[in-house]
Amino acid sequence: MGIVATGEHADSDRRDFLYIATGAVGAVGVALTAWPFISQMNPDASVLALANVDVDLGPIAEGQSVTIKWRGNPVFVRHRTAKEIEEARAVPIDELKDPLARNNNLKESDPATDINRVVGGKEQFLVMMGVCTHLGCVPLGEQGDYGGWYCPCHGSHYDTAGRIRKGPAPENLLVPRYEYISDTKIRIG
Amino acid sequence: MIMRKTFLAAVLLLAGAGLAGAAETRHAAKDIDFSFEGPFGTFDRGQLQRGYKVYKEVCANCHSMKQMVFRNLSQPGGPGFSGAQVQALAATYTIQDLNDQGEPFDRERIPSDHFPSPFPNEQAARVANGGALPPDLSLITKARAGWTGTFAQLFYGMGGPEYVYSVLTGYEEPPAELASSAPEGKHYNPYFEAGPWIGMAPPLSDGQVTFDDGSPNSVDAMARDVAAFLAWASEPKMEERKGLGFSVIIYLVILTLLLYLVKRKIWTKVEH
Amino acid sequence: MGGHSSYQPKSAFAKWFHERLPIMDLIQGQALDFPTPKNLNYFWTFGGILTMMLGAQLLTGIVLAMHYTPHVTMAFDSIEHIRRDVNYGNIIQKLHANGASMFFLAVYIHIFRGMYYGSYKAPREILWMIGVIILLVMMATAFMGYVLPWGQMSFWGAKVITNLFSAIPFFGDSIVTWLWGGFAVDNPTLNRFYSLHYLLPFVLAGLVGLHIWALHVPGNNNPTGVSVKSGQDTVPFHPYYTMKDAFAIGVFLIVYCLFVFFAPDYMGHPVNYEMADPLKTPAHIVPEWYFLPFYAILRSIDNKLLGVIAMFASILLLLVLPWLDTSRVRSGTYRPVFKQFFWILVLDCLLLGYIGSRVPDNLFWVDTPSHEGGFALTNKLVGQIATLYYFVHFLIILPILGLLETPKPMPASISEAVLAKNKPALPGHKAAVPAE
Repeated sequence: MGIVATGEHADSDRRDFLYIATGAVGAVGVALTAWPFISQMNPDASVLALANVDVDLGPIAEGQSVTIKWRGNPVFVRHRTAKEIEEARAVPIDELKDPLARNNNLKESDPATDINRVVGGKEQFLVMMGVCTHLGCVPLGEQGDYGGWYCPCHGSHYDTAGRIRKGPAPENLLVPRYEYISDTKIRIG
Repeated sequence: MIMRKTFLAAVLLLAGAGLAGAAETRHAAKDIDFSFEGPFGTFDRGQLQRGYKVYKEVCANCHSMKQMVFRNLSQPGGPGFSGAQVQALAATYTIQDLNDQGEPFDRERIPSDHFPSPFPNEQAARVANGGALPPDLSLITKARAGWTGTFAQLFYGMGGPEYVYSVLTGYEEPPAELASSAPEGKHYNPYFEAGPWIGMAPPLSDGQVTFDDGSPNSVDAMARDVAAFLAWASEPKMEERKGLGFSVIIYLVILTLLLYLVKRKIWTKVEH
Repeated sequence: MGGHSSYQPKSAFAKWFHERLPIMDLIQGQALDFPTPKNLNYFWTFGGILTMMLGAQLLTGIVLAMHYTPHVTMAFDSIEHIRRDVNYGNIIQKLHANGASMFFLAVYIHIFRGMYYGSYKAPREILWMIGVIILLVMMATAFMGYVLPWGQMSFWGAKVITNLFSAIPFFGDSIVTWLWGGFAVDNPTLNRFYSLHYLLPFVLAGLVGLHIWALHVPGNNNPTGVSVKSGQDTVPFHPYYTMKDAFAIGVFLIVYCLFVFFAPDYMGHPVNYEMADPLKTPAHIVPEWYFLPFYAILRSIDNKLLGVIAMFASILLLLVLPWLDTSRVRSGTYRPVFKQFFWILVLDCLLLGYIGSRVPDNLFWVDTPSHEGGFALTNKLVGQIATLYYFVHFLIILPILGLLETPKPMPASISEAVLAKNKPALPGHKAAVPAE
């Protein structure tokens, strides 16, 4: 009797194992099959091929801005006036809504001082994505309560260093990766 | 080369960005009685022909109408040009084509060709116009509203043609407090959507276009004519729409009435 | 379900067919003979109206797809091609565009009818929840469809709404990139929205099937909220409600066609007649009217994540409505206090819709910019109060009201309610009870 019982037990164990193993192998197959169908929605090779954009800063007079299209988004390049830089410097970090620099050329934890919003210490040239960090509208220049940028969609105000000061946007305008390839030329990307 | 092009595009964008704000000074469009208003309104053929002439001789120097094809000018519900007239009108413009050897050559336009654009591309248009882009006029009376207001728009329409008329006739001396801050090369026009400063100089002057039938050619008359033409161009099938709509509504009213009677008859047997 | 119908195959072929696929039996039992309360008012016709609208949108949409080109350089021009060149294209395009508005108008009336008469209460919770899912799928469908003409509002609407997902902590940006198929709303985005906009209406049709199935298990609610007690309370669906629905559909079509033929652009935005420009945001980004209340909720909270959560919560909240309302009385007709709060909620939703269309920082109603300093009743502040009230209604007022309110006396049956209603008009004794 005992032997038979043990045999039955062992048999049912083996059967359970077989069921579970089959189910697991099937599940892995389903997951692996699903992946290409999810992944195909990510940016494709042609989108990822990063086009670098070079910008000549020379002709941009003080107090002027230009907008450049890079990877489908606008990039603001502003030649700031001394007054604007002064105003931006004067703001204590703890008064900022977002205390981080949001500068892709620096460490993530760097504070949002005015000098950290630019590259190479050239404070007069502010280069940042023209994409509101709230919901992606293009902010309007030289407007808003802080003399910087104002997003017309949901009323976010940015200061003269592109830092969020008022409104629903959570972060400072992003500074993209860029470098000076000569004294007056930058390469974005 | 790529860099220079990028920079060019960037500088050109800059000029457009300067115009914003000060929307409170904008005036609602003047309400004009056009013949094509209301559920039964139709276009005045003569007015559309005159309007086309104003567009062709004045507006077309800077503004494209990319959606328009010459054949549209002779289709029903439009200005009523004959096929031969349209052929002749189209032939006054050329378009680049390829010959049998695959080499480009210029040929006359035919009725199935589009209206020519004054500039080859957006950048060129901006350069020629002090950085401002003259908008394409194919849909301008649909793309602008003359006034706001939930009920005003329902009962008086969106006011697109009135907007065009108002901008064309709305140039004024700027008020004293604004005159000193006038941007260079801009003109004061309180009807302009992104105004009050507009890049376009007053385009019409009295007597500028001569009409064959001797119709009045004051600024006011020409502005009405061209607004009507642009309204037609925004929806060349407007008359077809309204005509069909009238039949559809009549039919639906009759059908609904019958359905009501059937429903009532069926329900008389049931207390409900 | 109503059980077996009275269907009897009449011919030899019908019998042969019935033994292999009893679909005529199903139609007879579920559509024609289905016992339906005899006291349903015109608010109950919106189910039929919505079924018709889904069919109309499918038909016009499939036809438009034959002429439309989903590519960023050609989409806008292909819509113009439809409006200018395709036979009857301008009308079919406007039927589809205005059809979305009429669809939402009908669905909102349908939802508020359900709320007033307590149609979400036991045993109809699943029916109601499927309805909420239908609303969500409808919203997704309408949103993606609005992107397809590739006008300015299409583009910026798509950008703003897809950016909502970037509020999700940690994965937000990756999700948005995945949704876009790039680093901005661009051709891959347009293509996938087109594909999904074509797919989702068929999903909707399937959900509507489930919705009707779930309706036919307990049967219809009715204005008294009293359950059907006997055959005297009901009439067969056909011809009583087929004809009543057909009449209501006729009235609805007249309104719909008045817009399509005589005010085709009224529901839309002029700026969408300009082609999308990724570098220029229009001065005011406003969604279509049917999204305005939710947009107002989104904008009323200054924190991005919380704003997004509040917006989605305002809809998902409806999923648990059957358990938030503690009252044992179904119909608002017999709940004097609930009735008042119901109408306040309707006004609150209309107010949210108004706020959603305004500039947040402008003064309420007069709609001029508020000047700095001091207290100002801005659109935003009113929107915040209205948002707060919306949640208070569902989360606080409804649960408490159910416990405190004294309902009015209810009729014992639908027939009794009908008799009581008709009595003043019919002096004397009316003995005849309608035959089935």
